[in-house]
Amino acid sequence: MTIDLKTVKHISKLARISLEEKKAEKLANDMNSIFEFIEKLNELKTENVEPLTSIAETTLRFREDKITSDNIREKILKNSPEKNEDFFVVPKVVE
Amino acid sequence: MTDITSLSLFELIKNIKEKKISSNEVAKSFIDRSEKSKKLNAYVTENFENCLKLSKDFDNKPNFDLKLPGIPIAVKDLFCTNEVRTTAGSNILNNFVPSYESTVTQNIWNEGGILLGKLNCDEFAMGSSNETSFFGNVQNPIAKDLVPGGSSGGSSSALAANLTPVTIGTDTGGSIRQPASFTGTVGLKPTYGSCSRYGIVAFASSLDQAGPMSKDVKDSSILLEVISSFDEKDSTSIDFKRNNYSSDLTKNIKGIKIGIPKEYRVDGMPGEIESLWKKGIEYAKDCGAEIIDISLPHTSYALPTYYIVAPAEASSNLARYDGVKYGLRSSGESLIDMYEKTRSEGFGEEVKRRIMIGTYVLSSGYYDAYYLKAQKVRQLIKQDFDQAYNKVDAILTPSTPSSAFKIGEKSNDPVSMYLNDIFTVPVNLAGLPGISIPAGTDKNNYPLGLQIIGKPFDEQTVLNIAYSMEEKINYKNNITDWWME
Repeated sequence: MTIDLKTVKHISKLARISLEEKKAEKLANDMNSIFEFIEKLNELKTENVEPLTSIAETTLRFREDKITSDNIREKILKNSPEKNEDFFVVPKVVE
Repeated sequence: MTDITSLSLFELIKNIKEKKISSNEVAKSFIDRSEKSKKLNAYVTENFENCLKLSKDFDNKPNFDLKLPGIPIAVKDLFCTNEVRTTAGSNILNNFVPSYESTVTQNIWNEGGILLGKLNCDEFAMGSSNETSFFGNVQNPIAKDLVPGGSSGGSSSALAANLTPVTIGTDTGGSIRQPASFTGTVGLKPTYGSCSRYGIVAFASSLDQAGPMSKDVKDSSILLEVISSFDEKDSTSIDFKRNNYSSDLTKNIKGIKIGIPKEYRVDGMPGEIESLWKKGIEYAKDCGAEIIDISLPHTSYALPTYYIVAPAEASSNLARYDGVKYGLRSSGESLIDMYEKTRSEGFGEEVKRRIMIGTYVLSSGYYDAYYLKAQKVRQLIKQDFDQAYNKVDAILTPSTPSSAFKIGEKSNDPVSMYLNDIFTVPVNLAGLPGISIPAGTDKNNYPLGLQIIGKPFDEQTVLNIAYSMEEKINYKNNITDWWME
């Protein structure tokens, strides 16, 4: 299997990473060599194997749904690249 | 008295408790040496002034009951530190100042530790040589233009160069043990669930674990005791009875069964690594251990499995860097355009590569072929270890397939870089504890490490074997301070 340029561009759209033409070619090459290496897994028959989804053999804990932090709005907004009063600002999304 | 910075953590604590040296003197010594060691590029952010102040505060009101009384410690820049910039080695977090503290670092400050600074690492911990950091390459103090390993490369460099008495790293596929091996130091990855992941910049959540890095095994046991804790804030933190790792430490490992997995004799392994391993087996025997041949049949599938699981989880975890709530933002004409430009400019090549792989293996139509397949093989890898542990208490292997390489030597070939982690990755996939201890040198006099892998939650046995073998091996780094003016 090879990953072509079209697929690389599609994946970069899904990943929300803009990609120049030249970089896309290099990336396609890199991805192909990595997937060549990954294909080794096809040697193994795994029909009857349970997938391992978590190494911690416990079920996830529940906790009470209560607020444990103080008013941290300021702190949360502090690192925002652009803010307006109490809101994060993004480029206009509605015409 | 000998130079303060060359003392072990254990000796520093002893001297401080006996009031032979003050916390401030210790802080001054490490800061002074760090100032003279800028060429190593180990630090991303220095916290020197604040460290001096806090050390004085400690000396004015000392509490000698603490486990790290007034000890300055630099940490990998993957741990969020309250009000101190945390970059994860990435441009996208270049200006990020957390308003909260990771549990692991909080545990250190609670026991009297003082933050010395934040140490360089591969971007988002993705790398084996520290060359993917936005903040530049790190020099290995062993020799000029040699990589310090990665991703905890700033940590291993600072530790080996005596810029910090101990440090903490994180290990997703070998990122503590491999840099420890490359710098002649000790690095321990604990069992998954031992140390809280809260406040650690996430890479691959089912694999990430924080752990101690130190000059000797005893120091790692002291630091592990401090950082290992059950934490409500991490949903996969495990509530188990933790040992007093340092006081329970013993060199008596008589009758302990140590397995030697034949599958770790990989094709093309240098003779030096093979003979180091043989020597390691002899050392273990000398220590009273019983050596048993074992098989871990799926070993060669670990790396391909890892390069599906880790990028898949990374692509999900790194979706949060969107230029809205924190971090870098590039300007764009629309929201989507802004996202795409921010992420393109904010992430480096290796991180993009892994996000792309992860997005691909999780994308519609490919999930079963890749991600599900990898999770199934991961099960087989774990079962290999479960079966081996019916016969043995621990497993001995080399830490890495080679010694440290030159900066630039492997940076253009991702697969050859990935092969560095061939002996460490299976341990993360199975969630086990593993330690790397220095065990010898290659023909260039570069350090080589041996890895001891334990049963889940049995860090104590891992530490005890390492402690016992360390005495027999009697390894000493030969560091010439070549980077100083």
